Amino acid sequence: MDFMNTFRLALRALARNKMRSALTMLGIIIGVGAVIAVVSIGQGAQYIVQQGIQAMGTNAVFISAGSNRAGGVRQGYGGVRTLTVDDMNAILQEIPLIKQAAPALSSRQQVVYGNQNWNTSITGTTPNYFDIRTWPVQAGSAFSDEEVDLAANVCVLGTTVERILFVDENPIGKTIRIGNLPFRVDGVLESKGQNVTGQDQDDVIFAPYTTVQRKISGITWLQFIAASAVSQEASVAAVGPITSLLRERHRIRNGDDDFLIRTQADIADLQNQTQSTMTYLLGGIASVSLLVGGIGIMNIMLVSVTERTREIGVRMAVGATEDDVRRQFLVEAVTLSMMGGFIGIILGLIGSALISNLLSWPTLISGKAIIAAVIFSAAVGIFFGYYPAHKAAQLDPIEALRYE
Amino acid sequence: MADQITVAIRQQEGGAGGQPVIRLENIFKTYDLGEIQVQALRGVSLDVTEGEFVAVMGPSGSGKSTIMNILGCLDRPSKGRYFLDGVDVSGMTKTELARIRNRKLGFVFQQFNLLSRTSALENVELPTVYAGISPEERTKRAMEALKRVGLADRAGHHPSQLSGGQQQRVAIARGLVNRPSILLADEPTGNLDSRTSVEIMEILQTLNDEQGLTIVLVTHEPDIAQYAKRNLLFRDGKLKRDALVEERLNARQVLKSLPTAEEQAAEDALEESQRSARTDATA
Repeated sequence: MDFMNTFRLALRALARNKMRSALTMLGIIIGVGAVIAVVSIGQGAQYIVQQGIQAMGTNAVFISAGSNRAGGVRQGYGGVRTLTVDDMNAILQEIPLIKQAAPALSSRQQVVYGNQNWNTSITGTTPNYFDIRTWPVQAGSAFSDEEVDLAANVCVLGTTVERILFVDENPIGKTIRIGNLPFRVDGVLESKGQNVTGQDQDDVIFAPYTTVQRKISGITWLQFIAASAVSQEASVAAVGPITSLLRERHRIRNGDDDFLIRTQADIADLQNQTQSTMTYLLGGIASVSLLVGGIGIMNIMLVSVTERTREIGVRMAVGATEDDVRRQFLVEAVTLSMMGGFIGIILGLIGSALISNLLSWPTLISGKAIIAAVIFSAAVGIFFGYYPAHKAAQLDPIEALRYE
Repeated sequence: MADQITVAIRQQEGGAGGQPVIRLENIFKTYDLGEIQVQALRGVSLDVTEGEFVAVMGPSGSGKSTIMNILGCLDRPSKGRYFLDGVDVSGMTKTELARIRNRKLGFVFQQFNLLSRTSALENVELPTVYAGISPEERTKRAMEALKRVGLADRAGHHPSQLSGGQQQRVAIARGLVNRPSILLADEPTGNLDSRTSVEIMEILQTLNDEQGLTIVLVTHEPDIAQYAKRNLLFRDGKLKRDALVEERLNARQVLKSLPTAEEQAAEDALEESQRSARTDATA
């Protein structure tokens, strides 16, 4: 009995009881559909996140003050006081892989304009920061290097701050109060949206670091240095030299660094990993329903075998061997599970497309997930179909023919 | 004494090939049921030659079902040998026996045993599915078999759309589809009314007379056994009587004398009105 034959006979047998076949497939359909949908949505989310990370600048290298033992990407700011502008200049001077660098320190302050006020983060830096972070100004201009030298009271607003303080008014040239000091607004940045951890990146004001250090926060050290390397490879290659340099300058001997260097690639990787883990975890949970679907198939096949005892007896009487019977029921089980898998894949893709559309995410179809789903449905069919098929094959034809 | 003579005559008649289609040599069958052993067959020997029409009779427990199971290669004898078409099948494996059943035997059951929600054609095709022939050849043979039982026009019907007699005819066609040597029928008329039973016997007699098909049939009805040519009587696991049928019935003629369905209905209606007239009178 060749395969095409067996397959067609299996379809015929399943068609005899369409309702039962459909209900049996339901478990697999839901299981596969859930897995496909979850993985596709997860991949869409991953894509968005990756895009966000890309938007930070591809050759960027971030050196933040703070011990590695705190873990994670964000460090506790302000805890460590050893990172300085001199460090930054040393890096620029001695490591040619680094093209440019900008210092950064932040402080939360109350900001007032007219009868609007807001509490936000004031970050002190130099104009090249916006270049390193690929964060252009959409109106007006950033402050200048001269203004940094002069510690001028000028600032650049993020779009959220602009919206809250100025509503519809044009902020350029107006004066706001930061802390209690007057600052002239020189420009407004483009919107960056939320960052990977969900923070609103536009809820920020930038000012010359000299101004922030001397007049607002009173601190002389930096919270981080944003640098950009000559190329993406250079950004990775620069990590070693920067580490050695800072260890030397900070007199660190035992590897207990008081700074943390992260490249674009690091951040991207970390996010990727986290996202992947999440996606696979959810996929794994969804797979449980696949297991349940398989058990459902086994149950129904067992019932089916019992109900068709007479039929099996007749088949044996007219010449079916044990192998023939076993193969027939196994193929029926696998046909059920694979048809369920196929429908599940289609429904999963439709589901993920709908949800992605709702969230304005791109719909990414994971070829790997689809292939895995196909293989899994087949495996479920074979595994859970084997026992019933074996039972059917072991029937004694005489007993089977007598079965009531 | 008469039995021995009959046996001798039959052996002389022998089949066209000289060899019997069925030869049972001293068949024993014992069932081991734990503490007790049941001896279903105790030394049965018989020959069936090609073209015979044999009816097997006996009370329950006589061994007639057991002998049919062995003849049908569904069971193996505990002792003794069974030659089917000259081949010793008593020691064959399950798989080999399945192949033998497929090629050489046709089965007809009391309860038809057709696949539900399946067309008559597909039902008849069933044995061919295990014979390894192409789908086109399968359909061809099935249609031929259906023609032989006169149901070619009902090929697409499902069993639920067929009468009992028609279903049994489909089952007979299924039994014939692989051109077997022998047709084995287990109480083929058990689930049919009298008229339909005779119709079925007519088909069997036609297949036997006109096409030389060897038929072995089990029945508990003496009337049905009269349509066969030879009767075997089993009792307590032994063959008690083996005789040619005297005054064999011809199904076609019997059918002519039986009322048709319409006539039967008219008769019943008449009886019914007579009965109610009587009860009205007594009321």
